[in-house]
Amino acid sequence: MKSSVITFPGSNCDRDMDVALKQFGFKNKMVWHNDAEIPKSDLVVLPGGFSYGDYLRCGSMASKSKIMNSVINFAKSGGLVMGICNGFQILVETGLVPGVLLRNKYLEFICKNVFVKINDKKNTYFKNINKDIVEFHIAHNEGNYFCTKDQIKEIEDNHQIAINYCNKDGIIEDQFNPNGSIKNIAGIFNKEKNVLGMMPHPERMIDSSLSGEDGSLFFKNLINNLK
Amino acid sequence: MKISVIITLKKDVLDPQGKVIQQTLDGMGFNDINEVRQGKYFEIDTKENDPKKAKDKVEEMCKKLLANLVIENYKIIEV
Repeated sequence: MKSSVITFPGSNCDRDMDVALKQFGFKNKMVWHNDAEIPKSDLVVLPGGFSYGDYLRCGSMASKSKIMNSVINFAKSGGLVMGICNGFQILVETGLVPGVLLRNKYLEFICKNVFVKINDKKNTYFKNINKDIVEFHIAHNEGNYFCTKDQIKEIEDNHQIAINYCNKDGIIEDQFNPNGSIKNIAGIFNKEKNVLGMMPHPERMIDSSLSGEDGSLFFKNLINNLK
Repeated sequence: MKISVIITLKKDVLDPQGKVIQQTLDGMGFNDINEVRQGKYFEIDTKENDPKKAKDKVEEMCKKLLANLVIENYKIIEV
């Protein structure tokens, strides 16, 4: 399986993602934001970081990068595109997934492990995963998911919510919502579910000696689903 | 010619920064504030001298980059 990770000026989780993808069997290529075309890929990842210094709105500049035309075309033709953290912010700015990510409700940069509940398994990312609640890591200042009332209805009707913040038992309540996101949303799909944007970093949970291994579970499952 | 743009948050969008600014102002003795909403201001100096054309171009800039229409409104002002 081939993957591509796009590096924007200010990306800082691109190499972590490269390590994670390779560890679980992807042949990964790093792609520069100013390239015109993505190489042939089964998965394209927009990594975390602070592309363009978060100028204007997080992800807004990166969403207009040269490479993004190719990424958008790839997504529109059904290709898998996953945006993590700043990658999620870039995805919402392209319009590939609905909504926006606002400043965290309590104006704090949040850096901690969280539990998320997998809301939908009828998609390539989470199909066959043998857990419903996984522990991932978040580190962001603008992760407060927001969309209009009409959009949230559409998102729910189409089962586009991928993961919700919850506690270790999978209870989704306000007190387990780190950033003020509507309905504790931590990640969402586009309508076709080939595009996934999420704030948590699975690539930070792939080493038993440093972290939990729920990220390993995620990547192993993903590559198996692609085979 | 110069054109300026004011970006404001839509009514339903939470503005925690605005709220903290209001609270701070309140603490400073400015007690009669109903609400503070924070926004953005841009000055664009363009080579286009036709006001109508320049405004249209700036409007396109607002829609494509300067504002995110899910959460923000824009207002274009000739300087």
